[in-house]
Amino acid sequence: MSNSSSNKLGIKFEEPKKPNSFLKIFLLHFKGNGIALVALFVLISIIFISFAAPLFAPYDPAKSDIMQRLKPPTLSPSSKGGFPHILGTDQQGRDVLSRLIYGGRVSMGVAFTVVLIAGIIGIAIGIISGYYGGWVDLFLMRLVDISSSFPGLLIALTFVMVLGPSQRNLTFALLFVGWMIHARMARSQVLTIRETVMVEACRTIGCSKPRIFIVHIFPNILSPLITTYVLEMAHMIGAEANMSFLGYGIQPPASSWGLMIGDGRQYITVAWWLVVFPGITIAISVLCLSLIGNWVKDEFDPMKLDRKH
Amino acid sequence: MKRYIILRLLYTLVVIFGVSILVFIVTHVIGNPVNTMLPLQATDAERMALTHKLGLDKPILIQLLDFLKSVIRLDFGNSWWQQIPALGIVLKRIPATLILVLLAFALAITLALPIGIIAAYKPGTFIDRFLTNSSLVGICFPPFWIALMLILLFSVRLGWFYTSGYGTLKHTILPVVTLAFVPTGHLIQIIRSSMSEQLNSQYITTARAKGVKETVILLGHALKNAATSIVTMFGFDLGRYLAGEAAAVEVVFGWPGIGMLIVDTIGKQDFPLLQAEVFTVAFVICFINLITDISYGFFDPTIRY
Repeated sequence: MSNSSSNKLGIKFEEPKKPNSFLKIFLLHFKGNGIALVALFVLISIIFISFAAPLFAPYDPAKSDIMQRLKPPTLSPSSKGGFPHILGTDQQGRDVLSRLIYGGRVSMGVAFTVVLIAGIIGIAIGIISGYYGGWVDLFLMRLVDISSSFPGLLIALTFVMVLGPSQRNLTFALLFVGWMIHARMARSQVLTIRETVMVEACRTIGCSKPRIFIVHIFPNILSPLITTYVLEMAHMIGAEANMSFLGYGIQPPASSWGLMIGDGRQYITVAWWLVVFPGITIAISVLCLSLIGNWVKDEFDPMKLDRKH
Repeated sequence: MKRYIILRLLYTLVVIFGVSILVFIVTHVIGNPVNTMLPLQATDAERMALTHKLGLDKPILIQLLDFLKSVIRLDFGNSWWQQIPALGIVLKRIPATLILVLLAFALAITLALPIGIIAAYKPGTFIDRFLTNSSLVGICFPPFWIALMLILLFSVRLGWFYTSGYGTLKHTILPVVTLAFVPTGHLIQIIRSSMSEQLNSQYITTARAKGVKETVILLGHALKNAATSIVTMFGFDLGRYLAGEAAAVEVVFGWPGIGMLIVDTIGKQDFPLLQAEVFTVAFVICFINLITDISYGFFDPTIRY
């Protein structure tokens, strides 16, 4: 009777098998959505390779070699017998693959920093706004409405015009644009949680406000906020690329995927590889993030009752 | 209805004022225009003279009041870069953006409607997954990259279209196609999800039981009820694109629209021109939002203003 038992009516039923290892539980979440698992794997690889750039990059991304300029992608070893320039070289003879790996560090780094800080600020404002309601809420949400009905690009460009283009100022500008969606999301979630018996009970037994916010409300609104985080990360990679492409984001000698496209633009007729590869890298990262975001939304939605486990 | 529109127009004024003040704060409190206008080796006397000329030596609140007065009079002063009234420069760029964006959105909705409806009608099938996944892939590429790829293929290799410029059909096709990518993807997704939500509801089952034709069910019943969410997404994207979100694409194609003007303004550090642009953009977005809101009444008779 290890795996089955019977109730009063004598009907036998199988007890659901509990997944016994962490890996199995992990894989169960991807049932019927194998593409999200692939996306997660690809994304983790991109992040790992970008952040451990010196380990993976075959060349120094800033070292130019004028004899090797604008060489197309090849599998044969370079002239000095080194690793082949499999993605070609740019107008200064720098290895495109190495620049792509180091550029990923900047692109991913900026997007991650922006979403992390914007998320913290936005969620805090959203929770406060949703919990207190009244004038605080009205004021904060009008502010959010006004600034989010506005193209983020224009606000970010204004910031960069005033502060001067640099990676720090770009992060600052994108932060200014990026916090609002988190605030709106957190607020709408809090509005539903606020009226629950749980929060009522906490208030009755005299929990302090910060305790209610952090211990009781926050964990309950986590899954939609994670979805927002992941999808915003995709959005910010695009925004960074856009700003850098226009020349108001990352400044040389540093590089990012968007800046590589911007730099390669004038050589596009003779060296398509300068533009094609960074664009595909951006698209793959954004696609993986979107797939993972949609997966989190579907899988951890508390309203979804047909859960498999 | 009339009352609603008047309230909305008042709200629009509040938004425009709010955004103008925001830009004023960013440009005047955080930054100093004099530093950006003069070369580094300028003497103190030169700095003082320019500060006085621009009225920047007055208290900040007086400056703000002066600025708000000028917003009301729709006079943003002369552009520092071109030395002619700033608002005129901005208004002159509107037709180019309008042509580009309207054509792109017409293309987007023509493509997205049949694709989204087919995907919603056959949920879970190969064709549904193919269409929805490719719409997701389509919005992942940066638009300026798509622009460069299309130029490479159709202008450089095949020589069908011009690489950049403005005026003829040969100039127009590539920018329009490029710009249509993202809205098409967004629209397919929203049409699919809102249509399948409608197709799963009871009135559709009733209609089917009565023997209503499938085309009438799809286009007459489901699509009409799904229209509010589709229009919301359409209006949101349209507003942003008219407001210069497509700047990078305009820059790549050398299209003399408002997006390219914004990028130039940032390069020239032209504050009056920037303020005129912000004002115009806020106005355009509020106008599109108003139209979107009013249009809800046509699709959903339960909505009363």
